[in-house]
Amino acid sequence: MTSQVSSAAEDAAPADPPAKEVRRLDRVIIRFAGDSGDGMQLTGDRFTSETASFGNDLSTLPNFPAEIRAPAGTLPGVSSFQLHFADHDILTPGDAPNVLVAMNPAALKANLADVPHGAEIIVNTDEFTKRPMAKVGYDANPLEDGSLDAYNVHPVPLTTLTIEALKDFGLSRKEAERSKNMFALGLLSWMYHRPTESTEAFLRKKFAKKPQIAEANVAAFRAGWNFGETTEDFAVSYEVAPATSAFPPGTYRNISGNLALSYGLIAAARQADLPLYLGSYPITPASDILHELSKHKNFGVRTFQAEDEIAGIGAALGAAFGGALAVTTTSGPGVALKSETIGLAVSLELPLLIVDIQRGGPSTGLPTKTEQADLLQAMYGRNGEAPVPIVAPRTPADCFDAALDAARIALTYRTPVFLLSDGYLANGSEPWRVPDTDELPDLRVQFASGPNHELADGTEVFWPYKRDPHTLARPWAVPGTPGLEHRIGGIEKQDGTGNISYDPANHDFMVRTRQAKVDGIAVPRLEVDDPSGEARTLVLGWGSTYGPITAAVRRVRAEGDSVAQAHLRHLNPFPGNLGEVLARYDKVVVPEMNLGQLATLLRAKYLTDIRSHTQVSGMPFKAEQLATVLKEAINHG
Amino acid sequence: MAETTGSTIEALSLVPKAEAAQSMKDFKSDQEVRWCPGCGDYAILAAVQGFMPELGLAKENIVFVSGIGCSSRFPYYMNTYGMHSIHGRAPAIATGLASSRRDLSVWVVTGDGDALSIGGNHLIHALRRNVNLKILLFNNRIYGLTKGQYSPTSEVGKITKSTPMGSLDAPFNPVSLAIGAEASFVARTVDSDRKHLTEVLRQAAAHPGTALVEIYQNCNIFNDGAFDALKDKQRAQEAVIRLEHGLPIRFGAENEKGVVRDRATGDLKVVTVTPENESDVLVHDAHAASPTTAFALSRLADPDTLHHTPIGVLRSVDRPVYDTLMSDQLEAAIEEKGKGDLAALLAGNDTWTVVG
Repeated sequence: MTSQVSSAAEDAAPADPPAKEVRRLDRVIIRFAGDSGDGMQLTGDRFTSETASFGNDLSTLPNFPAEIRAPAGTLPGVSSFQLHFADHDILTPGDAPNVLVAMNPAALKANLADVPHGAEIIVNTDEFTKRPMAKVGYDANPLEDGSLDAYNVHPVPLTTLTIEALKDFGLSRKEAERSKNMFALGLLSWMYHRPTESTEAFLRKKFAKKPQIAEANVAAFRAGWNFGETTEDFAVSYEVAPATSAFPPGTYRNISGNLALSYGLIAAARQADLPLYLGSYPITPASDILHELSKHKNFGVRTFQAEDEIAGIGAALGAAFGGALAVTTTSGPGVALKSETIGLAVSLELPLLIVDIQRGGPSTGLPTKTEQADLLQAMYGRNGEAPVPIVAPRTPADCFDAALDAARIALTYRTPVFLLSDGYLANGSEPWRVPDTDELPDLRVQFASGPNHELADGTEVFWPYKRDPHTLARPWAVPGTPGLEHRIGGIEKQDGTGNISYDPANHDFMVRTRQAKVDGIAVPRLEVDDPSGEARTLVLGWGSTYGPITAAVRRVRAEGDSVAQAHLRHLNPFPGNLGEVLARYDKVVVPEMNLGQLATLLRAKYLTDIRSHTQVSGMPFKAEQLATVLKEAINHG
Repeated sequence: MAETTGSTIEALSLVPKAEAAQSMKDFKSDQEVRWCPGCGDYAILAAVQGFMPELGLAKENIVFVSGIGCSSRFPYYMNTYGMHSIHGRAPAIATGLASSRRDLSVWVVTGDGDALSIGGNHLIHALRRNVNLKILLFNNRIYGLTKGQYSPTSEVGKITKSTPMGSLDAPFNPVSLAIGAEASFVARTVDSDRKHLTEVLRQAAAHPGTALVEIYQNCNIFNDGAFDALKDKQRAQEAVIRLEHGLPIRFGAENEKGVVRDRATGDLKVVTVTPENESDVLVHDAHAASPTTAFALSRLADPDTLHHTPIGVLRSVDRPVYDTLMSDQLEAAIEEKGKGDLAALLAGNDTWTVVG
C-alpha cells in the first residue's frame, strides 16, 4: 500500500529507510486531543480526508468546548477529534481509541479514562513541564511515575521537533510551534499508511496568501512522516485495507451531516423547481447550514440572516407564501422562540422546513454536545392542537435524503415539517455515495391557477381552504396569480372559504381535519431486521442512535443471541405498521439520548410496555454499552 | 394573457401594471368590516382603497401583511393578497416575501403595540435593512383589541385598567425611533385628514425601500380624542406643523410661527417670526443626507399635549434597497461561478470510486 503514499514524502525520506514491520489491522480508532488552540479539529479533518480518499469506511466524532478559546491548558479547554476507520463497513466513531494523541497534559488527563490498557498513547513531552502539569492537577509527571505503564506510550517532543524542522523558514518560535499539529498528522499518516497528497494540496490552498506558512506546514507534516519512518520508537506501522467490499459501486466522498443536509435542501429546491429561501439566526450547532447555503447563491439560494430566531422563521414563512421552498435552521432554544410562528404555519397550511440540530438542553444547555431531547418539543411544543410532521435522519450522509423527504412532505401536504438532526450527526462525517442527480425524486408542485369552486349560483370562485380529497392539502395560490386574491391568517378559518370563523362546529372540524392531514401523510412501512427470524426482543431507535444501536446489534448477534432491530425515520406520523411490529416482540428496548421521549409516545399511542434506555451525557451511545443493555434484556428479565 | 409591463413609478418598476383602469371598489373585499363604529381605521381603509387605483398596479401583485391588533384586521378588507399573521411579526414575514418576490408591492399594517412593543425588534431591523416595504403604523396610543391597556406610545401617567395609578414608562416617539433606526423614509399623518394621508401614501409608495408612515388614529372606545389637539381646527393651527419639502417650516393661525435653529445648542425651536428672524426660518429638506434635522423636528412635539407636532414627510432619502442587493448578489454569483450545477456540487473535489 505504500504506492498510496505521496512521492514527495518519499523523496524527502532518507535514502535507505530501515525495514520496519507492517501489521494489518481491520480497524483502528484514533483520537487527536489537544488544547482548543492546537488545531485538533483541523488535524482530525485532514486525517479523515486522507482516510476517505484511501477508501476505508469511516466515522468521526468531533468533540469541542463551546468557548472559542477556552483557557489554555485547562481540562475544559480540551478539544478532541475521534476517527474510526476500517476495511469493512462500520457504524460509529468507536467506543475506545486504540491510539490517543495527547498534545498536552490536559489532553492526556481528560481522555485517559476512555483509553483501554495496551493502547498506544503519543504524547507531546514538551508540554509536560511543571506549570502545564500543575494546571490540571498532576503532582508528578505521569510520563515518569509509572502511572502509564499499562499503555504503550510514545514520548515525542513534538514542539521541539517541529521548531527544529522549521528552523530555516525564518519563522518566530511561536509561529513555528503552531505547525506541531501537522507534525503529529504526518507521524500518524506514516503510522497508518495514509495518502498525503491531499493534505499537502490542502495546506497550500489554505495558506495560499501566506506561501511561507504553507510551506512550513507542509515541511512539518513531512517531518512528522519522516520521524515515524526513521525513529526506532515507532517500530511498527499499520495497514488498514480499503473497505472495497463494504461499499456498493459508485463515486464516494466524505460528508458531514450539516453539509449533507445543506446539499439536500439545495437538491430539494431543484427537484421542486422552486427557489430556496433560508431565514435563519446563527446558533450552534446549526450555523454551518447557514454558512453553506450562503455560498451557493448561484443556485438561486437566498439566505437571510435575521435579527432573531422569530424573524428567521417569519421571513421563511413569508417566502413560502410567495412560493419559495422555505427553510429555517436552528437548535432547541431557537425552536422555542419559533413556536408561535410554527403554529401560524400549521394554521396557514404552507410548506415550511424547520431544521432543528438538537443540542444538550434545557436552556442554553450544552451548545456543542449532542442530545435528542427536542422530540416532544417538535411534537407538541405549540399552543392548541398543532400537529407537525417529524423526519429524523439516522447518519450524517442520511441527512441528504432526510432533507429531500422532509421537503416532499412539506410540499405535498402544505405543512411545516420538522427535520430533527443533532450535533453528533451535524459534525460527524462518513463516506457517502454521491447520488446521480437523475435518481433524485420529483418534487414539483402545482400552484393554484384558477377558480376551484362553483357557488350555487354558478359563479366560479377560488376557495383557499378547499382541500385535495386525497392529501387534504389546500391549494397553494401565490401572489401574482390573477383572480386568486385571498386573505389568510392565524384566526380560525371557515372550511373551504378560509374566511374568519368562530363557529364551534367549524373549529372542531378544522382541528380534526388538520390532524387528519398529518396522520394521513404517506410514510414507508417500518422495516425490521431480524436475520434469524427468532428474535423475541426488538431494539427500536430513531435519529442518530442508528450507528451505535446497529453496532451493538452486531455484537449481540456475533455472540449468538437473536435480536430484531428497527429504526424510525418518521416520528410523526409513525409508520402504519409500527403498532403491529411492537406487538410482535416480547420486549422492546428503546435507547434514546433523552429521558425517554420516544418511549413516552409509544406507550401513549400503543399501550405497550417499552424498556427505555436513556443517556444524556452530551455524547453518543457506545456500542459496547448498548450491547450489554440488549443482552440483559434478551437473557434476563 | 396580454403582456404586462411594470409600473412607471421607478420603485415599483418590477411590479406589473393593471391591465385596465381600477376604481376604489376593486380594492374592497367581500368581507364585512368589523371595527367599532366611529373607529379611525375606517377612514384609513377608505383612504388606502381610494389611493390604490392611482398606483395602477395589478392587484394580484399587491400584498398586505399585518400582525395582531385592531388595525391588523386591515388585510381582510382589501381585495388583494393578504396575511393576518401573529403579534409583532409582520415586518419579518413581509421581509421574506418582499426579498423573495420583487414583483410584489408589499404593505405592512401594524399598530403601536404590534410594531413598537412586541414587534419592536422586527420594525427597527426592517428599517435599517431598507427592505422594499411600506409600513403603515396606526398609532392610537392605546391597546384596543385587549380592551384598553396603555401602549408604548401612551403618555406618562396614563390611567388604564392595567395602570390604575397611572403608567410609569416614557413613551416612544415612533418617528424619532424610525429615524434612529436608519429609516430612509419616515412620515406622519392623521386618520381624519384624507388629503394629507393620501399625499403621504403617494410619496411612501414611490419610495424605494422601507417607508414608515405613522398614522395618528383615534380609538373612540378606549382613547377617544387622543389627537383632538391636532384635529380641532382652532387648536390645530397652533399644534400642527405641516412639513413640505423645500418650504420654510411655518405654522400658526396667521402663519406667525416658525422653526429656527438655536445657534447655541444646534437644536430646533419654535419662534414667532419677525422681519428680523424670518430668514432664519428653517427650510424643510426631506432629502437631507444627515438625519439630524429630521430627528430634531420629530422632537419638537410635546408627548403630552402634542403641541408642535410635525406631520408630513420628515425624511426621504435614497439608500440601497435590501431586496435589490440580495438579487444583485445572486446575479453576481451566477456571473462569477455559472448557474449552479447540482451534480458537480454533490461530488465536490475529493471523491473516490468503488468498482463493483
